[in-house]
Amino acid sequence: MNIQGENKTQNRIFALLPLWVVIGIFMIGPLLVMAVVSLMESNVYGGVHFKFSLSGYRQILFDTNLFDEIEFNPAYLIIIARSFMLALAATFLSLLIGFPAAYFISRQSNKVKNILIFLVTIPFWTNLLIRTFAWIIILGKGGVIESSFYFFGLLDEESSLNLMYTNSAILIGLVYSYLPLMVLPIYASMEKMDLRLLEAATDLYSNRIELIRKIILPLSMPGIIGGSILVFVPCLGAFIAPDLLGGGKKLLLGSLIQFQFSYARNWPFGAAMAMFLLALVILVLIFNARLNRKHREYANQK
Amino acid sequence: MSEKKVNAIDVRNVTKIYTSGNAQTKALKNANLTIYDNEFFTLLGPSGCGKTTLLRLIAGFEDITEGSINLFNQEIVYLPPNKRPVNTVFQQYSLFPHLNVFENVAFGLRRLKKDENQVESRTFEVLELVQMREYANRKPNQLSGGQQQRVALARALAPEPKVLLLDEPLSALDLKLRQAMRFELKTLQRETGITFVFVTHDQEEALTMSDRIAVINEGEIQQIGEPEQIYESPSNKFVANFIGEANLLSATCKTPGENGVCELETGHTLNLFVPPHIKQNDRVTIFIRPERIKIEKSSNQKSQLIISEFTYLGNAATIQLNSNNQLINVNLPIEDLKVFKKGDFVDIQFPKESAQVID
Amino acid sequence: MQTKNKKTKFRYVWNFPGFGGWTAIFFGFLYIPIFILVCYSFNSSKFAMIWTGFSFRWYAKLFSNDDIQAATINSFIVAFAAAPLATIIATFSALALVRGGEFRFREFSSGLITLPLMVPEIVTAVATLIFFASLGINLGLINVIIAHTVFCIPFAFMPIKAALEAMDPNLELAARDLYSDKTSTFKTITLPLLTPGILSGFMLAFVISIDDFIITLMVAGGGATTLPVYIYSMVKMGVSPEVNAVSSLMLAFSIFIVTLYWFFNRKINN
Repeated sequence: MNIQGENKTQNRIFALLPLWVVIGIFMIGPLLVMAVVSLMESNVYGGVHFKFSLSGYRQILFDTNLFDEIEFNPAYLIIIARSFMLALAATFLSLLIGFPAAYFISRQSNKVKNILIFLVTIPFWTNLLIRTFAWIIILGKGGVIESSFYFFGLLDEESSLNLMYTNSAILIGLVYSYLPLMVLPIYASMEKMDLRLLEAATDLYSNRIELIRKIILPLSMPGIIGGSILVFVPCLGAFIAPDLLGGGKKLLLGSLIQFQFSYARNWPFGAAMAMFLLALVILVLIFNARLNRKHREYANQK
Repeated sequence: MSEKKVNAIDVRNVTKIYTSGNAQTKALKNANLTIYDNEFFTLLGPSGCGKTTLLRLIAGFEDITEGSINLFNQEIVYLPPNKRPVNTVFQQYSLFPHLNVFENVAFGLRRLKKDENQVESRTFEVLELVQMREYANRKPNQLSGGQQQRVALARALAPEPKVLLLDEPLSALDLKLRQAMRFELKTLQRETGITFVFVTHDQEEALTMSDRIAVINEGEIQQIGEPEQIYESPSNKFVANFIGEANLLSATCKTPGENGVCELETGHTLNLFVPPHIKQNDRVTIFIRPERIKIEKSSNQKSQLIISEFTYLGNAATIQLNSNNQLINVNLPIEDLKVFKKGDFVDIQFPKESAQVID
Repeated sequence: MQTKNKKTKFRYVWNFPGFGGWTAIFFGFLYIPIFILVCYSFNSSKFAMIWTGFSFRWYAKLFSNDDIQAATINSFIVAFAAAPLATIIATFSALALVRGGEFRFREFSSGLITLPLMVPEIVTAVATLIFFASLGINLGLINVIIAHTVFCIPFAFMPIKAALEAMDPNLELAARDLYSDKTSTFKTITLPLLTPGILSGFMLAFVISIDDFIITLMVAGGGATTLPVYIYSMVKMGVSPEVNAVSSLMLAFSIFIVTLYWFFNRKINN
């Protein structure tokens, strides 16, 4: 719509200026500054010396030992690997747990569906810290699980199950944090499934397993991919779960980065790790975009 | 005594091109037409032909790419819609959902800063005109389709525009309602004396309601004229096919000129006016309406015209004649229904003045 | 006979048995930890994880805890500043992106709005911290407000965009046609019809701001502690029932706002 006598471009720019200013200055700006800082030399008192240095990135892989020699340091690689593996595991578990639930909800009546989906969404809007904190009460020493074990005599009062500060605790925390984000996209793509297709399929396939494999899975694939991305990416950079449930013992990328800005005071290294995480996320998103395009082509062919 | 015709709208060399990325669509190509004051003028054509585009250009919702539009001799292309004394009735009515019927209809008057007494009396006056006065306090979502349409009409009429634009206002109504509204709209136009510019794709609607029609296809105006003119003498194949049913038969010109003769592939010859640019032995297309052709049972089996299809319509029938795979459609009047049947051999006659040469 | 078999078979195959039970377990997994948290907040014992009896004392204690009250006030100040700002910016952006037609920076602007959602929170937090520190911007709560505004924009944007797209574009044209100029049209038609969407966007942005932790943790200076950050420091010191109590209150508040939003949206859509 182009009404004569009105400068459309001017209006548009005027309307979008606040957006560009705010996000440009306070989102892109910080990212750029962080990139610069990752290439600076660290200042022991926190902050940086304004001097170019690759020490931030070098520290990811190498360390200087007592003899001033450079030797390979696997510690951070281990953290990166742990983050990646736990993120993958959390995604897979969320998929396992969430998929049947999404399917069940999508088969209910409209009224029930809406209520159930609302119940799925609520946790997403509450404070993640608090929700994760609840697991300390459950998993911790003297917590709900251990108390029940005491109660049933499975454990004596002195010892502990040591559930906290383990990879498994973090995993539970991660799954718990982002499970709704897996369910919602899968539910959305199941909603779009044509009932008639299922009806036709019932004639063709005699058992349920085939039905799942041949019809339900392929059709809900966009939702599965979407949900997986929505879980995987935040898990990669998660901070709360590893910090609360892993303590200082099991670091993940998120808690490692935060550590550089609180106790370790190694800004370039922290910035470098953050850049690395950002790059990882961008890669995953590009991969996701390719997958979506390929799947859309495939779906159109069908 | 001749009426002095006032030009309400002059469209001169109007072109409209839409650009989207690298693609360009020509919605209107060099359109020229004149609409007179106090006329019920229809823009007729298939979907996407450009009729709605032209309407929007007149209303001011779109920018012109080239050309000019004059309203009572005033150039309006540089005016925004709120400065043009032209109002629109939208296809989906587009009543303001958060305002009630009264407020919807009073909207234009209030924007014109009329004093509130005037607004009130005029609003009720026009609501009375469309018989919606009792619904003044209702919200649009409480009205049926037909009622919403009347309110949309009232809303557009309230500010007393010089021209009323109607964008396929009847297309969302069911048949009976549509037919009733056709009559009401026609009456309304006569009573108010406002120029109506009516857009439709329904040729029956156009023929019954209009003083004049402009037939448009693919952005180009095909023909402008009174309904009878358009029906009887279409200027090209498109108009012939679009309005009513048409037979377009190939023929060869045997004798050119005013009292020319053309021979159909069936062997029949026709006496008719042959346009000057056609020479002897040129191929031409002959246009003739199915109801004009007369048929009679063939006395000799030599006739090559056989009834290949017979479709019973209740009060009439249409038949298809096949001759060497040339198909001719004929309408049978009610008295001939029992006389003919499929498989019969027939002779046809083309009464004088029933056919014409078309490009 | 054949039809009946087909129908029962169809329904039988459709509803996988056990999925209902699985879904129940699913919801249990989702809500039981919260339930436990809330239950323990009523624990009269000082030792958070040993149940001794029902009591309100931890809630009462909250009211005499100045630090918590200060943190809560800060949270609300930030939310009431950031959410409206984000909503205004989101509204203008939505108007330009939905009604503005095609233009060169459209994709770019769209991407800009979703940027805060795609960058991991820890990265945004760290980057913003570095940014403020490098530029010497040390305005206490204002730092936090700015950071919150940025990531609240996409959340406010989504409902507003949806409402705008659902609005008949011809309505604004009809108003123009009826002698209304641009400002008048916006005031009498666009804004009233858009208001429910704007309110929804505001509610979402508000909840997101109140609940934010990571970004606030890194960006907030000394006197700018918000409630989630304060809760974090309490948790770090050790689990105490006070934490449970204030956490339960925060949960209740968030759930309240989200439920309000849900009912509000249901009402509009009917």
